[in-house]
Amino acid sequence: MITIERLTKRYDDDVVVDDVSLEIAEGAIVAVVGASGSGKTTLLRMINRMVEPTSGRVLIAGEDTRATAPHLLRRSIGYAIQGHGLFPHRTIAENVATTPKLLGWDKARIEARVDELLSLFGLEPAIYGPRRPHQLSGGQQQRVGVARALAAFPRVLLMDEPFGALDPIVRAKAQADLRAIQRKLGVTVVLVTHDMDEATSLADRIAIMERGRLVQEATPVEVLTHPATQFAADMFGADERPFRLLSLKSVADLTQPGEAGGEPIAADADRREALAALLWSGRAAAPVTGAGGERLGIVTLARLVEAAAAKAR
Amino acid sequence: MKAAAWTLRLLTLALLAVYLIRPETFAAALAPLAPAGAPAVYTQSSVLELAAIHVAIAAVATVLATAAALALAVFATRPAGSAFLPLFRSVANAGQTFPPVAVLAIAVPSVGFGEAPTLIALTLYGVLPVFENALSGIEGVSPAVLDAARGAGLSPRQELLEVELPLALPAILSGVRLSAVIALSTATIGSTVAARTLGEVVIAGLATNNLAYIVQGAAAIAALTVLISDALGALERWAARRAGRG
Amino acid sequence: MTPGAIERSALRLDRVGATLAALGVGGLALGPFVSARPNRIVDGVPHGLFEALPPSLAAFVALVAAAAALVALSQAPPVLRAFAGAAALACLTLALGQAPRHLTAPGDIYARVAPGWGYWLAGFASTLLIADALTRLRFRPLARLAALVIAGLAAAAAIGSGALDDLSIMKEYAIRATSFWAEARTHLALALGSVAAALAIGAPLGVAVHRVTAARGPTLAVLTVVQTIPSIALFGLLIAPLAWLARTIPGAAEIGIAGVGAAPAFVALTLYALLPVVGSVVSGLGAAPPPAIDAARGAGMTDWQVLAQIEAPLGAPTFLSGLRVVTVQNIGLTTIAALVGGGGFGTFVFQGVGQTAIDLVLLGAVPTVALSFVAAVVLDAASESAGAHA
Ligand SMILES: Nc1ncnc2c1ncn2[C@@H]1O[C@H](COP(=O)(O)OP(=O)(O)OP(=O)(O)O)[C@@H](O)[C@H]1O
Ligand SMILES: [Mg+2]
Repeated sequence: MITIERLTKRYDDDVVVDDVSLEIAEGAIVAVVGASGSGKTTLLRMINRMVEPTSGRVLIAGEDTRATAPHLLRRSIGYAIQGHGLFPHRTIAENVATTPKLLGWDKARIEARVDELLSLFGLEPAIYGPRRPHQLSGGQQQRVGVARALAAFPRVLLMDEPFGALDPIVRAKAQADLRAIQRKLGVTVVLVTHDMDEATSLADRIAIMERGRLVQEATPVEVLTHPATQFAADMFGADERPFRLLSLKSVADLTQPGEAGGEPIAADADRREALAALLWSGRAAAPVTGAGGERLGIVTLARLVEAAAAKAR
Repeated sequence: MKAAAWTLRLLTLALLAVYLIRPETFAAALAPLAPAGAPAVYTQSSVLELAAIHVAIAAVATVLATAAALALAVFATRPAGSAFLPLFRSVANAGQTFPPVAVLAIAVPSVGFGEAPTLIALTLYGVLPVFENALSGIEGVSPAVLDAARGAGLSPRQELLEVELPLALPAILSGVRLSAVIALSTATIGSTVAARTLGEVVIAGLATNNLAYIVQGAAAIAALTVLISDALGALERWAARRAGRG
Repeated sequence: MTPGAIERSALRLDRVGATLAALGVGGLALGPFVSARPNRIVDGVPHGLFEALPPSLAAFVALVAAAAALVALSQAPPVLRAFAGAAALACLTLALGQAPRHLTAPGDIYARVAPGWGYWLAGFASTLLIADALTRLRFRPLARLAALVIAGLAAAAAIGSGALDDLSIMKEYAIRATSFWAEARTHLALALGSVAAALAIGAPLGVAVHRVTAARGPTLAVLTVVQTIPSIALFGLLIAPLAWLARTIPGAAEIGIAGVGAAPAFVALTLYALLPVVGSVVSGLGAAPPPAIDAARGAGMTDWQVLAQIEAPLGAPTFLSGLRVVTVQNIGLTTIAALVGGGGFGTFVFQGVGQTAIDLVLLGAVPTVALSFVAAVVLDAASESAGAHA
């Protein structure tokens, strides 16, 4: 869907993005991670030409982005940023309607789309539509920011730390919403984030930036187990890695026949949760139940510990 | 509080209207201030006409100044004009150090006596407040909002007209109000170069030592200024609410 | 920057410089350098640069102006730009001083030679070139004050050397040298004295109003209305009560209270300065971030300690920039005092208007503008360094 070819951005003598090439599949979520100042935002903004590359090019669906005037290009690409950037002089509904209006949709279609998106993000259109941004909570504003970015059925959604300012609970909810909505709409997402949990849990692939260079681009499991550089390893935290790895998969395929007592664990729970439950209750094994509550078998502490080891893959 | 303010406003308006239409109404009240034997009410020319010219000069000057200031501020905040911003700033700051009387007096030789030099002085003097306010209004638009606007696909023109200017409007209007108040007060001084404004009444009072003239001229101008500034203030608050800050 | 970048930028035009160069060179080429009159009140005859000056001098001026324009056009470093602007301005002004000798017969005491708009435009462009260069240099407050002193000394040297004595404005000055300095003293005393008085009244009032929130609205409302009374009228309105005071209170007349003269001007100027002084005290004290005040209270400071140690220092820049506006405003308004016999530079302005003698107007206006400018630069520097320390 997005092809980034040898993209470079230089400010005077500062090479901020250095010869980055990247292929992003249609419908994928790619998380871009890296230290502060490593060029993540710049890379993202070169995709919708908010920043013009010094050299290299970007293709979207095979078409060079330079073939279209920047503002027209951006109407086909969603863009959501930290601090949301909602227009304070416009209502929530008008904010969401921004790009459809620019594209000249008729009124009824815009209205229907706004209602649909607000409902999708859990904001009752009749109540929130006519409000101004300052009458919403931070989390609600953030959701409106994402809804606005999605309004005109973009093929691509660019997000720059969209949930950075939210508290953990609201953030988790926003991430779950994003995942569900992305699956539903099939939009390709490029997400810049500092939150490694967000990257590993949300993304299909993770791109790691280090001083302007793309040092690794792989699945979360690959990045966790075979980091390309010391920096990539450090970023996920040596003491956190096994747990992050566990959280990527459910306990379903670790289930084995047997008997165990105590509180059962759902088969679709992630392995990190299962490990925590076992450790907390001081058991060596726990029963696993399916969606209907039926017994599927047990999961053991030993299997979980084994699964947390990098060499297991 | 609100009712009191409205009563005060309406009372001021009513008194001003009565004075402008039938100044003789106040003859008795003003008589003690006039020197013995001198008239208490200014009748050399129609005060209504003077007030109309006064307001017209101030209005035209404010409109011209606003147009010029907005053009400069918009130009200086576009990429093409950003190099000029520091220069405009220092010119505007230096312009503030020119006293209105001096601008008025210097304009006389080139355009003659009357309303013309007054209009020039008022216009030049009115540019600064609008320029400074428009600048801080436009620069005050949050970078996140601009970024989002660009990201949503607004063209530079749409960004200016649909985001920057509406959000800067309260600040711009506050500059316009300042500019209008300065214009109304400086128009008074215009009478020293023979512009026909309400200042004529005050100057006549100074010339003939007639305190009654000074009082009525001053009161009429003050009432006019307060009412106009009040109305523009209401407009400003409306704009601020619309800009999502209310 | 890489060598390549420097090469590229040297070829690019400096947009601001290009505009200024066009303004200055255009003014000099198209506009009259001076306008000459047989006496001070008839209309002037315009003379271009090469008519107004001996050919060699005119050529020299044109050369310097062209060189300065070239520096402005190129991407020369700010120091060089400032120097080019200063050289152009000095050269234009000193040449201006030579024009009368070239244009009028020796001993003709009635002839008047004044700068034409060509000179003004070129001088304006040079000044802007300097100003723009100084902004790019980002001078610190102290360096700005030093630049101001140097500019002042240069102006004083140019005037003191007698090189400009034949210009019309200096001829007006020569006639009124003694009264000029007397009016200058009056102007300064009125303008700065009224600001000082307004500070003495307004600062405590501002602090009080800041602390008693309920008093804020009404106090500021009253002061706002005072500001809408036109200055001329306010001067006039004070004549009667002061005259009455002078008559009724024994000794009042002896200490200078009188209906006409400096007293009503002083009172009016003080009243005028009061609103901005109170306003800037209130907004300055309000500028301290609430968490800082909270923290100070939490550390056990009394209300007065919070005021003195937190709110006042944090509000100093806001207050000082307010004070700058007041001072500049009052220096300008003092010109109007002349209308009620208060004296000051306005005396020359209004005399000049009365006689349609522009030179006389300038004799009043130029020093007023210079004074305001000095006050603005000094108080700006003060406000900025207060901001740096806070
Ligand atoms: N307009 C600009 N001019 C000059 N340098 C810039 C510009 N924009 C970014 N940079 C520099 O480029 C580098 C990368 O910036 P960028 O914003 O892409 O980093 P980032 O990875 O998004 O950092 P963060 O995680 O802090 O948001 C930084 O060193 C920054 O200072
Ligand atoms: Mg960033």
